[in-house]
Amino acid sequence: MTDRSTSQPGWLHKVTDSDIWWSFKSSSLTVIAAIGTILIVVLAFLSPVLAPHTPFDPATLSLSDGLKPPVLLSPDGDWAFPLGTDDQGRDILSSIMYGTRLSLIVGFASVVVAMAIGIALGLLSGYFGGAVDALIMRIADVQLTFPAILVALLIDGIVRSVISVQRHDEIAVFVIVGAIGLSFWVQYARTVRGSVMVEKNKEYVQAARVIGLSPLLIMVRHVLPNVTGPVLVIATINLGLAIITEATLSFLGVGLPSTEPSLGTLIRLGNDVLQSGDWWITVFPAATLAALVLAVNLLGDWLRDALNPKLR
Amino acid sequence: MPDGGADFVRIEGLKRHFDVSAPWLVRKLEGRPRQVVQAVDGIDIEIAKGETFSLVGESGCGKSTVARLVVGLYPPTAGRIEIDGNDMAGRRSRTDMAALRRRMQMIFQDPFASLNPRWRVFDIIAEPIRAFGLSTGKADLEARVAALLRQVKLNPADGRKYPHEFSGGQRQRISIARALASEPEFLVCDEPTSALDVSVQAQILNLMVDLQRRLQLTYLFISHNLAVVYHISTRVGVMYLGRLVEVAPTDTLFRRPKHPYTRMLLDTIPDLEMTGRQRSPVGGEVPSPINPPSGCTFHPRCPFANDRCKTERPKALPIEGGTVACHAIEEGRLPIEDRTYALNT
Amino acid sequence: MAAASNNQPLLEVRNLRVEFPTRRGTLLAVDDVSFDIAPGEVLGVVGESGAGKSLTGNAIIGLLEPPGRVAGGEIRLEGRRIDNLPYEQMRKIRGARIGAIFQDPLTSLNPLYSVGRQLVETIQTHKPLSAAQARTRAIDLLKEVGIPGAEMRIDHYPHQFSGGMRQRVVIALALCADPRLIVADEPTTALDVSIQAQIIALLKRLCREHGTAVMLVTHDMGVIAETADRVAVMYAGRVAEIGPVRDVVKHARHPYTKGLMGSIPSLGVRTDRLTQIDGAMPRLTEIPSGCAFNPRCTFKGQRCLVERPNLMPAGDTRAACWLHDRGGVGAPILKETVDA
Repeated sequence: MTDRSTSQPGWLHKVTDSDIWWSFKSSSLTVIAAIGTILIVVLAFLSPVLAPHTPFDPATLSLSDGLKPPVLLSPDGDWAFPLGTDDQGRDILSSIMYGTRLSLIVGFASVVVAMAIGIALGLLSGYFGGAVDALIMRIADVQLTFPAILVALLIDGIVRSVISVQRHDEIAVFVIVGAIGLSFWVQYARTVRGSVMVEKNKEYVQAARVIGLSPLLIMVRHVLPNVTGPVLVIATINLGLAIITEATLSFLGVGLPSTEPSLGTLIRLGNDVLQSGDWWITVFPAATLAALVLAVNLLGDWLRDALNPKLR
Repeated sequence: MPDGGADFVRIEGLKRHFDVSAPWLVRKLEGRPRQVVQAVDGIDIEIAKGETFSLVGESGCGKSTVARLVVGLYPPTAGRIEIDGNDMAGRRSRTDMAALRRRMQMIFQDPFASLNPRWRVFDIIAEPIRAFGLSTGKADLEARVAALLRQVKLNPADGRKYPHEFSGGQRQRISIARALASEPEFLVCDEPTSALDVSVQAQILNLMVDLQRRLQLTYLFISHNLAVVYHISTRVGVMYLGRLVEVAPTDTLFRRPKHPYTRMLLDTIPDLEMTGRQRSPVGGEVPSPINPPSGCTFHPRCPFANDRCKTERPKALPIEGGTVACHAIEEGRLPIEDRTYALNT
Repeated sequence: MAAASNNQPLLEVRNLRVEFPTRRGTLLAVDDVSFDIAPGEVLGVVGESGAGKSLTGNAIIGLLEPPGRVAGGEIRLEGRRIDNLPYEQMRKIRGARIGAIFQDPLTSLNPLYSVGRQLVETIQTHKPLSAAQARTRAIDLLKEVGIPGAEMRIDHYPHQFSGGMRQRVVIALALCADPRLIVADEPTTALDVSIQAQIIALLKRLCREHGTAVMLVTHDMGVIAETADRVAVMYAGRVAEIGPVRDVVKHARHPYTKGLMGSIPSLGVRTDRLTQIDGAMPRLTEIPSGCAFNPRCTFKGQRCLVERPNLMPAGDTRAACWLHDRGGVGAPILKETVDA
């Protein structure tokens, strides 16, 4: 009973008329998660404009502003630093905004890397089958036996051993994106492979083969657009996972350097001084990280259900 | 009728085997042998230009595999397929192959699976035109697609819509429009109406007959529905377990069926004329094509089988403008009976 | 035309309505459907996909898939109303008084249990028999539905049977408690033609021997013509025509039935073109006012556009068509006009 005979123009109408939008609207938790995600993303990416300070420009820091507690929780607070400062006098709110931006960039980028590798290998595996399929899937099996963190640590370690520390800090972002991307491709490859194996036997693919299109064209034009649904779901759920992994690596000190801190780096830096009672330095970045990952995961869960025709 | 000299489509000794064995490692560990399904086991067909040749048989008889072999979706295990004198398997340049592919198209069974759900109808129909480089420009392409849509009695404005906005019958029209886009001479139709309701089936069958007349098309029509086959075919081939058991002009096949399997199939046609004719259900079911019976594969179900039928594979014997592969007919053990169905005549 | 209704009908369906609430409003999938089935009678319910025939069958056995629901009307089995019973009571009736056969035999059988166990369980649920007695009866049933080597086959699992044999097991399962009525929804559609004939012959024989009534839901007019005593033709959620099968097949009175019969290729006269009804059945969201068939009808008048016809006597059948108003007096004979 999917009736879409209404052919009014306007994409906005099409969006608000779709089943996806309806399922989105009727889940209040999803709406809250979406608002939360958008809020965090907007604040993070507009941090150069919106943030009250530029926390990692040494010229603007003053040690006399050090270790100020949050305004609302202590009379010693200063309205210039609403969430307090760290021992260097850096504004925590601004640090979080900049750090979230970096975390998001790393998260998105590593999802894109994982997706690119996974989709390509999954398409090859599913469409050609046979020995190609066996080879790729065995590699995937081996990959799965290593936890993502371990793979990332390994790659980071190799890079560190071949280049200088200075140089490493400069390319740390790329190293970590590559490391996380490489450890997450398996899921995409498996999902895409499964979908491709279903789609390639459908008659529209056979119809394309009858007119003699090359396998590459068939994969890109016909099969790929029809396997995007599940990929999108994994990507959303993986975004949260990638952000967490980056935070973990940074927390362990093998991620982003403290000159260019992500949320994970901030938590590590705060953790070092936690014993002295300056809790706000670590708790606020940690809360931001938790909120961000929770919101993204809720969106992913909803998307998975909304795109699953069996649950509709 | 195959009297006009050269046949347009000529299929000789066509075989296709599928390996359905367990994976290599499992086979070695459990000591299992390779298993091969003989989906198509040596068939010869000739189709004259402008005629409709139908293949009928129950599921698993290999009729759909023949369709896919003919359009080149599978390579044959053995045998040759010639289209207008061109060997499909012959080594040829890409352009020559494309020129051959352009002349033949396929219509599929399931109108819900044969159209890419993410594409607009315009692009679906335009794809063969683009792939074969048949159009001279954007305006020409649009005019061609509009003409194709009109030809299958759809509105050119429908090109902007997606497949899910259409009913099953309309989708099958879109499939036909797409198949006609490369101006083919030969259409392979794999159960084109069996997923449709009867009133829609009538629309599609009428459309196919009209198009055949107007465009001088040659059809290879695959179906399990004998009444539909009777309606649309010039000649009919009956398949059982990968082999052709009987080929005959349509009227001869239905009025004077020879092979016992053909007779059995005809007995299963529902009696809509209310003559009180009883279906005489034949016992048994189609055996697995992995281990087909020896000799004539129909012998376990055949009431006329003797020892020769169990051991010797019958050859196609020319008879009354067709062929039949049956020892009982060859030996004259089984008389040919006349059947009449028409009440209204 | 056996089983004339000289006494009370076995099943009475009165003004049945089945609705599907959706976010775009409520769809009326079965609209004001009424018919009877006499004891021992085979009623064919035929129609194209979306006509509401399966939903009617599901409503009778109380297995409408949510959100579908019976929104009006009555269903009576042997005089007792069953459409408003609680689930548990309906479940008992479904096994004991009404049997069900579905299109795909695999969905009716549990793949994890042997067919014997499923049969024995069903028999014991409805009859006070010991396990050994129930097993004997199960073997008898399998023999009755024509399964060779029933004593051995009873311990096999569903996947060890072929499609046709599985459908025989399902029929045996439906017969376990000697039901008065069997609702068979497309019982032969998934089977090969040669197996179809076997199953139809089996159903006919069993009904004759047990006096069981059958509601045979199918899209295949051929199956109906061979099996049913009476037939109801459904279109867009309503009964378009109902009557003895021979009259409906050979002298249809509703333009839709007439067109439907003409569109089936037959072995009679080999024609160049089949009769065709242009257009398609309307979607449930777009059912036109007046007679639902009017956009495709070549005989429509002003009245058909605004007023919905109910079933009225038309020749030997009853048809929902204004051509047969005034009690069928002067009803035009459609054959000439359609062919013209």
